[in-house]
Amino acid sequence: MTPIIELRHVNRSFIKDKQVIPVLQDVNLSIEENEIICLVGESGCGKTTTGKIIVGLLDPSQGEMLIDGQPIANHDKQAQKRIRRQFQIVHQDPFASLNPAHTIGDILSFPLRRHKMVTGTGSLRRRIWELLTMVDLTPPGDIVNKYPHQLSGGQRQRVSIARALTVQPRLVVADEAVSMVDVSIRISLLKMLHRLREELGLTIIFITHDLALAKYFAWEGRIAVMYLGRIVEMGRTPDVIANPAHPYTRALLAAVPEADPDLTRSKHVLQLRSDEIPRLTAIPPGCAFHPRCPFYVPGLCDVDVPALGAAPGFVQQASCWPLQKGLPLVPAGLTPEMTADARP
Amino acid sequence: MTYDRDHVVLSVRDLSVTYKAERGLVQAVSHASFDLHAGETLALIGESGCGKTTLNLALIRQLPKTASTFGDGIFYTYRDGRQINVLELNDRDMRRFLWSECAMVFQGALNSLNPVIRVRDVVFETARAHGMKREEAYKRALKLLEQVRLDAERVMRSYPHELSGGMRQRVLLALSLILRPQVVIMDEPTTAVDILTQRSILDVLKQLRDELNFSVIFISHDLAVAAEIADTVATMYAGEIVERGPVNEVFYRSRHAYTLNLLNAAPRLSVGVERLESIAGKPPDLIEPPTGCKFHERCSFATAVCAQVQPPLVEYEGGHLAACHETGRVLIEARETRLVSAP
Repeated sequence: MTPIIELRHVNRSFIKDKQVIPVLQDVNLSIEENEIICLVGESGCGKTTTGKIIVGLLDPSQGEMLIDGQPIANHDKQAQKRIRRQFQIVHQDPFASLNPAHTIGDILSFPLRRHKMVTGTGSLRRRIWELLTMVDLTPPGDIVNKYPHQLSGGQRQRVSIARALTVQPRLVVADEAVSMVDVSIRISLLKMLHRLREELGLTIIFITHDLALAKYFAWEGRIAVMYLGRIVEMGRTPDVIANPAHPYTRALLAAVPEADPDLTRSKHVLQLRSDEIPRLTAIPPGCAFHPRCPFYVPGLCDVDVPALGAAPGFVQQASCWPLQKGLPLVPAGLTPEMTADARP
Repeated sequence: MTYDRDHVVLSVRDLSVTYKAERGLVQAVSHASFDLHAGETLALIGESGCGKTTLNLALIRQLPKTASTFGDGIFYTYRDGRQINVLELNDRDMRRFLWSECAMVFQGALNSLNPVIRVRDVVFETARAHGMKREEAYKRALKLLEQVRLDAERVMRSYPHELSGGMRQRVLLALSLILRPQVVIMDEPTTAVDILTQRSILDVLKQLRDELNFSVIFISHDLAVAAEIADTVATMYAGEIVERGPVNEVFYRSRHAYTLNLLNAAPRLSVGVERLESIAGKPPDLIEPPTGCKFHERCSFATAVCAQVQPPLVEYEGGHLAACHETGRVLIEARETRLVSAP
C-alpha cells in the first residue's frame, strides 16, 4: 500500500542570530493510512517541527515529502490546496488556539464556509451540530453559542479537534494535545481520538513527551523516539516499550516514574555519563548521544552518524553502532564479564 | 521510607481558607488536618483547583489579601522542642520562620530567581536577612550545590539565565536548605521539565532528604511522582483532604472513590494493556458546593446517601483515613485492579 505520507531524508534548519540551527536531520518516516504513530522525545528534539512539516506549516530545508507517493509540487496550485487541507493539526494550548472573541459556532463555521464544505445555513448548522456531537460536546445547542472562556480546558480541546475535523481531514497531528488538560480527563480525550480514527479512518500522529501516555495511546501503532533532530528508534509500541533498543530510549524508559509505588521504586535507573543536553548548534559528531551514553564505544560511536536500521535481537529499528554490529552494550569502563546480568 | 513516627514537626488542625469573590465566598480549603513527622515526605495529590496550592500557601501565610484563614492552628515544633502556632506569629517572627524553619520551592524555577542577581548574591542576601555569617552561608551553599550535583563554583558566579531549567530547579532546592529548615514545601517542582531532568531532580531530592533528614510537603498532580517519593499521600478534592495514608495503602488499597478513580485514569508505562477511565464531569463550584460528599456527582460508586450526608473522615487500620460512604466497595475494587500490577 502506498503510504499516506512519506518523509525522505528531511532536514530542517532555522537561522537565529546568523547561526544555522539544524532542528531536523535526515528524518525518514513513512506513515500508512489509518495508522497511529507517536513521536516522543524531550523538548528540542524536533517532534513538533516534524509535525509542522507534515501538515505543511513548515517546508523541509532539504529532502522531500511524498503524499500518496507523489511530491506535492507535482500537483497544480488548486490540487495542492486540496491536498494540504487533508492534513490538520491540533495544538497544545486550547486557551491560545481558540479566538476568545468568537463563539464556538463561529469558530467551527469559518473553516466550513471558507472551504465551501457546506451550502446554505441549514446545512452549516447541521454540520456544526454533527461535529460537536462527534467530539462529545452534547447537547450541541448548549455549546454552540458559548465563548471559549466559558468552557473547561478539556471542552476547549474538544472544540479544537472539532475544528480540525471541519475540513474532513485524512490525517490529524495532535501536538501535545492533552498535555494541558487535567490528568483525570486525559483518557477520555484519547479514547475519543481512537473512536474518531475508527469512524473516520483518520491517520493520527500523536506528539508527546509523556511516555506512559504514548504507550497507552499508540499501543496498536508505532512509536518513534527522537533525539536532537533525529529519529533514534522506531517500531511497534509494545516492542519499543517492553524491549527498548537504543540507549537513549532505555534511559528515558528507566527514568519515568510510574503511578505504582512498588513498580516505580524497583526500577533500575540507567545512569548517564552527562546530564547536559548538547546545544543544537554544537551537535556532537557521530552518534549525537555518545557524550551521554553509558555504553559509548570510543572510535566507533563518535565518528559517523549511525542510520536508523535493524539491530540483532530487536524487532524495531534503532540507530546505534554497537547494537547494529551486534556488540553487547557494556557500561564504559567495565569489562563484559562484570556486567553479564546487565545485558538485554 | 523511614521517618520518625514519634516526632511531629508540623501539626495542622482544622485549617480552612476562603477567598472573597464577586459571587460570594470560595471555600478553597475546608477543615484540613494532618501531621507531618520529622523526615517524612507527604505528597498532596488532586486535580487543578482542588486546593493543594492554597493549603500550602496557608501553611506559610503567603496567601493573597483576598483570602482568610481559619482554624485551630498550625503547630510547629522547633528542634529544641519549643512549639508555636504559625497563625499567631507576628510579621517579624514570620519572616524569620520562613526559610530558617520552613522553606519553599515553587514551580517554574525561572520565576523564583531574580534575573539580575547572581546565585552567590542570593546566598549573601539570605545570610544577611537571617543573621548568618557570609562565609558560613557561602560554604554551606557550596556544599549543597555540590550535593545537588552541580559545578558549585561556576553556578555561584552565574545569573539564572545562564543555567538550564533543571539546573535552576536544583539551585533552588539547594538554596532552600541553606538555613537548615526542618520543612521544605515543594509545589510541582518537576512539572514542565523533561523526563531525564525530572529524574535528576527526584534523585537529588531523595539523596538530600536521606542526608539531611528534612520533611517535605510535595504538591503534585502527577501520581507517578507521588508514588515515587512519598511516604504518605493525601488526596484533595474540592478543598478537602478526602483520603490520607501511607503511600502503599493509598495506591494499592484506596479507600476513597476519588483516589481510585484518579489512579484508574493514570497510565503506567510498564503495565501492558490497561483499562483506563477518565473521571466524568468537572470539579464542583466551591462557592456553592454540592451537598453530601462533594464528589458524588462524578462518582461511579455513589448511592443516595452520598448526595445527602457528608461522609466523616474515618480512620482505618494502617494509619489510613478516608471520607467515603462506599469505602468497602472501593477497597474491593482497588484490591482487584491495583494490586495485579506488581512486577
